[in-house]
Amino acid sequence: MDLSIFGYQFMQNAILSAFLGGIACATVGVFVVLMHMPFIGVCMAHAAFAGALLGLWLGFNPLVGAFTFSLLSAAIIGPLADRGELSPETSLGVIFSLMLGLAFLFMGLMPGTKSGALELLWGSILTNTRSDIIFLGIVTIVVVGLVFVFYKEIQATIFHRDMALSVGLPATLILYGVLFLTGATITASLRSIGGLLIFSLILNPAAAAYQLTYSMKRMFLLSAGFGVLSGWTGLLISYLFNIPSGATIVVTSSVIFMIAAIFSPKRKVKGWQEKQVSEE
Amino acid sequence: MRATVLNIEDAVVSYREDIALRGVSLKVKSEEFVGIIGPNGAGKTTLLTIVNGLGKLLSGRVWVLGDYLTLSNSHSLRKKVGYVPQVENIDPRMPMNVREVVMIGRYGLLGLLRKPGKHDWEIVDEMLELVGMTHLAQRPIGHLSGGEQQRVAIARCLAQEPELFLLDEPTASLDWKAQTEILELVKRIHDSRRLTTLFVTHDLSCLPVACDRVVLMKEGLIWSEGSPNELLTDGNLSRLYDMPISVVEKRRRETILV
Repeated sequence: MDLSIFGYQFMQNAILSAFLGGIACATVGVFVVLMHMPFIGVCMAHAAFAGALLGLWLGFNPLVGAFTFSLLSAAIIGPLADRGELSPETSLGVIFSLMLGLAFLFMGLMPGTKSGALELLWGSILTNTRSDIIFLGIVTIVVVGLVFVFYKEIQATIFHRDMALSVGLPATLILYGVLFLTGATITASLRSIGGLLIFSLILNPAAAAYQLTYSMKRMFLLSAGFGVLSGWTGLLISYLFNIPSGATIVVTSSVIFMIAAIFSPKRKVKGWQEKQVSEE
Repeated sequence: MRATVLNIEDAVVSYREDIALRGVSLKVKSEEFVGIIGPNGAGKTTLLTIVNGLGKLLSGRVWVLGDYLTLSNSHSLRKKVGYVPQVENIDPRMPMNVREVVMIGRYGLLGLLRKPGKHDWEIVDEMLELVGMTHLAQRPIGHLSGGEQQRVAIARCLAQEPELFLLDEPTASLDWKAQTEILELVKRIHDSRRLTTLFVTHDLSCLPVACDRVVLMKEGLIWSEGSPNELLTDGNLSRLYDMPISVVEKRRRETILV
């Protein structure tokens, strides 16, 4: 195999982007999976995509549009999830379809070639610039740093929000903080992975890690590992077979999830319990 | 004369169109064991949530452990109020074990940026011992039975080292044996740790006879309060639950009060 390609600057940028994006997305994914809000993440990803297209159309920085839109959607969705009395899926569905509609509206209104728009749709990790990587790097460090610093508050909020509140933790603030981080991560990874695909890189590594461990710390680590593995393997496959990298990264992460699900010890919860009981 | 630790003054709480509390006043003294009973929807749970500041008052005031609850002090006052919410289904795959869940009780006291130390883990283990769950300490929380979950919730609450002990239907959805055990446990804890306890239940057979005082609630109001023996008459209960006296008598004969 000719690996001289890895000597090129654009490939090194791509490898670094996959590493950073994999960690940030997979870390946010742990929240999404454990707080049972996958639909919120999908919604925010599509909002980011719509916002980026608005930026492209009107000629301002697409990432600013993406961040604003995903935070706006989080501001609408947050209170829905916060009340949590009724299932918020219906309202989320409305917002989700609105965002997709807006995205295609902006794309239609855009004059000239649509290649920039399509890039945001599918992602193109190979054209990442230094400034993209710096932005992604900052977001990744902030996400990982905040998880590290506020681990116990996050853990309690994930477990049971009212309980976290009742012991005196600012659980509502933590919830909105998590939504904010999700928006920032989606925005920073948008150019690499693409608006339609980013969500699988958030969900799949965390979902795979969720199958494999009963320790939350280990779940964060495993998820980040799977995120980076998906990014790198996807990049390699993309290069070897000359196919879009966003797609190969997402398919790789799905395959990792499937393998984890098949070998999950949690699918045999009953058997595991019986084993424990007989040991006692 | 024991000091008053909780004073609810004319509390009104409303969820959208429904009024959950319509002007409730209640004083509780230190180390008192108050049983709150009433049919579903009487406002019992809401009464507990205004004591720890999770419920929002429309009007009225709540004085807890020396201060009136406000938006700004509710976080710090909550640390002194232990709350055991109604049992909810916990994700069986939740990646946390029993010991970690009990530790959550210490988190508020620890404050931001501080990690649990040896002393905190010692308290957690002591509480697990107290509720008889030491043997399941490493078990994933989602694998426990309803009665075991309830014991963990109580241990978590005690790890907080609260002064007020609020329990919301701690025996609901448990079998008869588990109910009896939880009631005995709560009573033992109340006595040994000299707590002030508010115990909510809709099920009369789950009201500990150890109650110093019983509060009967119906339709968002305190309907009556007094000592268990004089208040819990067939006539009162028949009016509280809108059931004929004959049915109440039959039910009470069938259940043995603990």
